[in-house]
Amino acid sequence: MNISRRTLLASSVAAAALLKAPLAWAATPPDTLIQAWAIDDIISLDPAEVFEFTASEILGNTYDGLVGYDVDDVTDISGVLAESWEVSEDGKTFTFTMKPDLQFASGNPITAADPVFSFVRVIKLDKSPAFILSQFGFTPDNVEETIRQTGDMTFEFEMDQAYAPTLVLYCLTATVGFIVDKALVLEHEADGDFGYEWLKTNYAGSGPFVIRDWRANEAVVMERNQNYWGEPPALERSIYRHIPESATERLLLQEGDIDIARKLSPQDIQALRGADGIKVQEGVKGSIYYLGLNQKNEYLSHPKVREAMKYLVDYGAIADTVMEGLVEVHQSFLPKGFLGVLEETPYSLDVDKAKALLEEAGYPDGFTVTMDTRNTPDITGMAQAIQQTMARAGITIEIIPGDGQQTLTKYRARNHDIYIGRWGPDYQDPHTNADTFARNPDNSDDASAKPLAWRNSWDIPEMTAMADAAVLEPDTEKRAEMYRELQREHQQVSPFVIMFQEIEVLAMRDEVENFIIGPSFNDNSFEFVTKG
Amino acid sequence: MSFIDRGGVQSHALFHLRRRGWAVLRFAGQITFTFFGLLLATFLIGRVVPVDPVLAVVGDRASQSTYDAAYIALGLDKPLWEQFYLYTVRVLQGDFGQSFLTKRPIVEDIARVFPATLELATVAILLGTLIGVPVGVLAAVRQGRLTDQIVRVLGLVGYSAPIFWLGLLGLLVFYANLGWVAGPGRIDIAYEYNFTKVTGILLIDTAIAGEWAAFGNVVSHLALPATLLGYFSMAYISRMTRSFMLAELAQEYVTTARVKGVSEARIIWGHALRNAAVPLVTVIALSYASLLEGSVLTETVFAWPGLGMYLTNSLQNADMNAVLGCTLVIGAIFVGLNLLSDLLYAVLDPRVRRS
Repeated sequence: MNISRRTLLASSVAAAALLKAPLAWAATPPDTLIQAWAIDDIISLDPAEVFEFTASEILGNTYDGLVGYDVDDVTDISGVLAESWEVSEDGKTFTFTMKPDLQFASGNPITAADPVFSFVRVIKLDKSPAFILSQFGFTPDNVEETIRQTGDMTFEFEMDQAYAPTLVLYCLTATVGFIVDKALVLEHEADGDFGYEWLKTNYAGSGPFVIRDWRANEAVVMERNQNYWGEPPALERSIYRHIPESATERLLLQEGDIDIARKLSPQDIQALRGADGIKVQEGVKGSIYYLGLNQKNEYLSHPKVREAMKYLVDYGAIADTVMEGLVEVHQSFLPKGFLGVLEETPYSLDVDKAKALLEEAGYPDGFTVTMDTRNTPDITGMAQAIQQTMARAGITIEIIPGDGQQTLTKYRARNHDIYIGRWGPDYQDPHTNADTFARNPDNSDDASAKPLAWRNSWDIPEMTAMADAAVLEPDTEKRAEMYRELQREHQQVSPFVIMFQEIEVLAMRDEVENFIIGPSFNDNSFEFVTKG
Repeated sequence: MSFIDRGGVQSHALFHLRRRGWAVLRFAGQITFTFFGLLLATFLIGRVVPVDPVLAVVGDRASQSTYDAAYIALGLDKPLWEQFYLYTVRVLQGDFGQSFLTKRPIVEDIARVFPATLELATVAILLGTLIGVPVGVLAAVRQGRLTDQIVRVLGLVGYSAPIFWLGLLGLLVFYANLGWVAGPGRIDIAYEYNFTKVTGILLIDTAIAGEWAAFGNVVSHLALPATLLGYFSMAYISRMTRSFMLAELAQEYVTTARVKGVSEARIIWGHALRNAAVPLVTVIALSYASLLEGSVLTETVFAWPGLGMYLTNSLQNADMNAVLGCTLVIGAIFVGLNLLSDLLYAVLDPRVRRS
C-alpha cells in the first residue's frame, strides 16, 4: 500500500513535470506588440465616426491628418500630409498645399482631392464628431462650395467667421480630420453612403500601420504599412486583446503573454511597481474629474453652497489613496498641456470654512441631496470619499449607483442633484472645454445643444459671450489670457467642483521601448516601439 | 368479421395519428407562444429602462442634428406597438437587425460569439456529468459516511464560492505559478492564424486542419475555465443525483431486489440509477442550458469572447437589437434542451413511451 502511494506520488510529480515542459509559454513574438486593454468601446473604425478612446488610438497609428503637433509641446504645430498653409487676409479661408509624392497604404497617391473628399464626407455623414468641423459653418448644403479643390495639390477651407487659426489647426488634428483614401473608399460606396457601411469595419488610410482585423470585444490586429511614406515602424504587427479584468492583465503581463497592460486598477499598478521585468510609464491625459451641481436644486443653486462644497472635498487624500496616482489635483476646466491653462488650486478640505459658508447661505444644519454615480471602481471610490467629507459639514449625500449610460441619460435630462463625471477634451484647443464648461447659449429645457453648463442648468449669458470672443481672437497670447480670466471666474462661481486631471499609467515588459503617451488618445503611439 | 376488424385497426391508427398531430400542433403553438412572449417582454423591458438607446449609437458629444437622425434611424419616433410590429416582421424574415455597438448584423455577431460559449459549456457539462453522477451515486450509497460528507462539502463549496474568485485563484496557481495551463483567451496569438475557422469551435477547427500544436494550445486554454465551470455543474449534479438516488434506494422494489439476491452493484447502477436518470436528465439539461447562456464572470476573468460577455455589454449600452437577438437564442436553447430531455424521457421511461 505504501509502495503504491509512493508510486502514485512519483507519477503525479512526473506527470506535472511533463505537463509543464511543453506548456512553458514563450514570450510574445519579437516583432509583435501585444497590448491588453478593454476594447469594447470601439463602435467604428471610420474617422468620420470614431470618438472613443481605443478607436482614437488605433486611428492615430493608422491614419494621418493634415497637421499635427509635438506631444511634448503642443504649441508646436507642423504639417503631416500638408506641406504648408496660408490664411486669407479676412481670416476666413485657409489654403492648404499637400506634400508631394505621398501615398496611401493601398498605393494610391495622396492629392488635394483626398482631404476635400474626407471633410465633405464628415459633414455629409454628420456622425458624432462632425461638430468639430461643422462648428466652422460647414453644412451638408454648403460644404461642397466651401471646401474646394483648387489644384492637384491645393485646396481651400472657407469658414463662416475668422476663427483663431490655432483653433482651426487643432481641430484638424482630431481623428475626424484624418484623411481617407478617396479612390479606395469610393470603390466601396453603396447608395451614395460615401463608403460608410464599408469603412466602419475596414481601413483606407496612410499611417505607419494598417488595420488588418477587428473582432469586436476580442482583438484588433494591425500590421506594418508596406507602403508607408515615412520611416517604416520596427514592429511587424501590433495587436490589442480585449482583457477587461485588471487582475487578469496583471497575470498575463507578469507571465510575458502580453507586452503592455493598459487597464490596470490602482492596486495592480502599485503591485507592479518594482516587479521583476516590468516597468511603469505615466503620462498626463486631458480628462477632468468633476462634480456637476444641478442649479435646479434649491440648495445647490445658492452661490455660498457651491463655494462651501468646493471646500468639502479632500483632494489630496483621494488622489493619493483612492486613485493611488492615477489622477493629480487640478481645479480649472482646462487640463494641463492646453493653451491658457490655469494651474492654481485654491481649494482644499476646510470643514470650518465650509460650515461658515453654509451658515451664511441659511443652511447651518446642512441638507440632503443625491449623487448619481457611475458604478466603476474609480468613480465609486471618489464618491464615497466625498460623501464622508461632505457629511462633516452636515451635507448628507445619498449615492445612487448606476450603469454609465443610465447615469448619463439622467444627467442629460437634468434630473440629477449632483453628478460625478469625467470629461475628456475633443481636440487640443481650449475652446473644446470652454464650449462645454463655460458656454450655455440656451438654458431652456428644449435647447438643441446640451453642454455641461446646460446639463447643470447654469444660465451664463456673460460667460458665454466671453467664451465666444476667445474663439475669434487671432493673437495667441491674448487668447491664452482670455481663457485664464475665464477659468479664474469659473473656478470661483461655477457649479462645477473640478477636482482632478487624469494620469494614464500603463505597465509594460522591460524590453518594450519608445512607447509614446500623448495628451490625447490619438497621440498615443507605438510607431517607434522596439522590443529589445 | 375480418372487415370489421380491419376497420377497427384503421380507426385505431387514425386515432393515434390524429392524437400525434394534435400533440405536434400543440407543441408548435407552445413554442410560438414562448418566443412571442419572450420577444414582447424583452422588447418592453428594453423600452422602459431609463437608458437612452441613441446615446449608445452617437455618444455623448454629438450635435442635436446627429442625435435626431439616429433617433429616427432607430425608429424611436414611431409608437411602441409599431416599433414592435416592425421588429417582429423583420425577425420573421430572419433579420435580427444590426448591433449599435459592433456595427455588424446581430446574426453575424452571435455566430461569432456563440461557438466560444458552446465549446466551453459542452466541455464543462461533460466534465460535470461524468464526475457528478458517479460521485452523487457514491454519496447516496454511503450516506452519512466520510465519502458522503466529502462530496457534500465539495458540493457546497462549488455552490457557494464566487466563480470570479475561484477563477483568479485558478489562474494564479495553475497558470502563473505552476505553468500547467495557458492563460486567459481561447488561443495563443502564434497559432491564431494557422487554420481556417469553419465552425468557430476551435477544438474542431484545429483538428480538421490537422494543426495539432494549435489543438493542444486550445485544450490548454480551455482546461481551466472548463474545469471550473464543470466543477460548478458537478456540485449541482452530484447533489441532485445523491438526492434522487436516496429516494430510489428507499423504494420497495430495491428491498425486493435485495431479497431476491440481486447484486448490490446491479441494484445501484442497473435499477436505482436507471430510475433516478429520468429527473436527472432535466437537471443536466438545465445545467447545460444555463452554461450556454454564457457565464459573464468566467468569460470576463478568462477573457473568453462568448455570449455572456456580448449580452452583458449589449445590455449595459442599451443595444436592444443585440439583447433581443441573444434572448431569442437563449430561448431556443432552453426550448431545444427541454425537447431533448422530453425525448430522452421516452427512451428512459417505458411509461412515457407507451403514453
